Amino acid sequence: MTIAMATRTITFRDALYEALLEEMERDEAVVLLGEDFANGGAFGVAGDLTERFGSDRVVATPISENGFVGVAVGAAMTGLRPVVEIMFMDFMALAMDQITNHASKIHYMYAGQYEVPLVIRTPFGAGRGYGASHSQSLEGWLIQIPGLQVIAPSNPADAKGLLKSAIRENNPVVCIENKLLYPKSGEVDDTVDLVPLGVARTCRRGGDVTIATYGRMVDMALEAAALLATEGVECDVIDLRTLKPLDIKTLLASTATTGRFVFVEEGTGGVGAEVCSRIAEAQPGVRVVRVAARDVPIPSSGPLEQHVIPQIADILDGCLNTL
Amino acid sequence: MMEIETFLNYYRLMLRIRRCEERIGWLFARGLTMGTAHLSIGQEASAVGVLAASRPGDQVVSTHRGHGHLIAKGAMPAPILAEICGRATGYCRGKGGSQHIAVRDLDFLGTNGITGGGIPVATGAAMTAKLRRTGAVVFSFFGDGAANQGTFHESLNMAAVWNLPIVYVCENNGYAMYTAQRQVTSVQDIAVRAAGYGIPGVVVDGMDVLAVREAASEAVARAREGRGPTLLETKTYRFAGHSKSDTGGKYRPKDEIAAWQQRDPLVTWRQYLLDRGVDEADIVSIDAEIDGEIEAATQFALDSAYAEDEALTGAYSTTAATGADLLVAAGAGGPL
Repeated sequence: MTIAMATRTITFRDALYEALLEEMERDEAVVLLGEDFANGGAFGVAGDLTERFGSDRVVATPISENGFVGVAVGAAMTGLRPVVEIMFMDFMALAMDQITNHASKIHYMYAGQYEVPLVIRTPFGAGRGYGASHSQSLEGWLIQIPGLQVIAPSNPADAKGLLKSAIRENNPVVCIENKLLYPKSGEVDDTVDLVPLGVARTCRRGGDVTIATYGRMVDMALEAAALLATEGVECDVIDLRTLKPLDIKTLLASTATTGRFVFVEEGTGGVGAEVCSRIAEAQPGVRVVRVAARDVPIPSSGPLEQHVIPQIADILDGCLNTL
Repeated sequence: MMEIETFLNYYRLMLRIRRCEERIGWLFARGLTMGTAHLSIGQEASAVGVLAASRPGDQVVSTHRGHGHLIAKGAMPAPILAEICGRATGYCRGKGGSQHIAVRDLDFLGTNGITGGGIPVATGAAMTAKLRRTGAVVFSFFGDGAANQGTFHESLNMAAVWNLPIVYVCENNGYAMYTAQRQVTSVQDIAVRAAGYGIPGVVVDGMDVLAVREAASEAVARAREGRGPTLLETKTYRFAGHSKSDTGGKYRPKDEIAAWQQRDPLVTWRQYLLDRGVDEADIVSIDAEIDGEIEAATQFALDSAYAEDEALTGAYSTTAATGADLLVAAGAGGPL
């Protein structure tokens, strides 16, 4: 007797790989562009896709970030569905012209004549000692660009489902992937194909304080919530999953009950600035607190880095400050 | 088409560019345009000569100085003027303006406000053409200023490595805004940079429409046959200022301007046609045709409404039901 298992445990890296594999099999317009695919890319996400699909569809690029993002924009305008990998989010600085002035603007400024079905995947965040130029969380820039959408999965199931949705989206989407998550495992439900963009997930219900975050900080927020529960403080924990468009409805439903809001992020506070402002505008009585990185470049040394990037103790402090 | 009819059509296209741009200047002076505009008066033979080597289905990515490329690809003055006047009847409903005009029906992927910004986009269109075996060739226009952008170097390298069907056209008018090429550029001929990417580099007289067509045809044949990209440099000159804020000034010697004006491509081409035995009446009738066209186009533009009810729509495509539209459907508001 065989029992059909709907859920499997896979790593975050493999979830992303499966999303790419399945979408490339589903639609031959899907092509990958990025550096070092011969070995699956710097973090191995592309695995054996070069062998499977050939170098026409898994395009190994030179180290020309603005150039190959622009190539992907032109390819997207003319019928392909490129998924671009930028090796570290820090390198996105090199491609910001094509992201800001081209990919995000073309649909509007050319009055809908062209669509740009483009996904840019990029590892972000600290925690591996890479130092100032390989550890940043720059998504605060991205959410300020009209025409761009940003997703930030925190677990394998969302990584797979969100990336698949993004690839089917006819707008440019940036997928930011916390590099510490790649080896982490979690369950994926094979009966669920897509996770829609723009819908947050409530991971824990409490009622006293709302903590919202994304990426690897979701697990830290859940740990903080568990600790607070032992002290009698019950938290809602919300995983944004998509930074833009923001699921403000889910956030406001929670803060309407708690009246207290803590936003946690690995960047220097730009996403929190936007989210907290939206909440304060809609519900002026809510107490809002941001827990974010300090305003210094990220040091390489681990013990130093901990002073810069939010820790669980900082989330606890943030929550207690709202009480 | 008989050769002489083809030649008369080059005259028609160059004149359409000239008169359309003169009218843009006239509208600007009266405060009737939106924003600035970059005129290509003097450079008409480059646009018309290059695209004379194209065929329908070939794609163009242009620059901030793109009205000439638009018209050479088949665009008409009325929707161009309407666009520059911000009207709903413009090619991009007034959302784009002079520097952001695309015409999908003509495979014109857009004028582009970022110097060098269109070069990788054109390269990507060529990637699609190769992967999909469409047979299209892509024309990537840019100026001498853009040849100092990273995108120029990155794109030529990629197109060479991937053997893409693309013609890079550097319209070298000697000045990047108020800066002379020799002040900021390591070489006199941009075309020599092609050697660094292992592709052919060709210099051609950009004031001679036939010479340009000849050189472009060779590059197109190479691209169409799967032999990869070419860098074509058309030596040309803009008779007008950089943009409408450039009222002359001292950055270009007067005798230099005068010398280039002696080689006005419209004047020389008209004379060439007469020397070839074309009846002057045929030329005069084109003059009248274009004059009438520009008058009607101006009226059309100024009589058109603004698409104000579209200002807040169209930032996101809604044809894939996974993102912004889904949120709107859920009553959660737009992506803002």
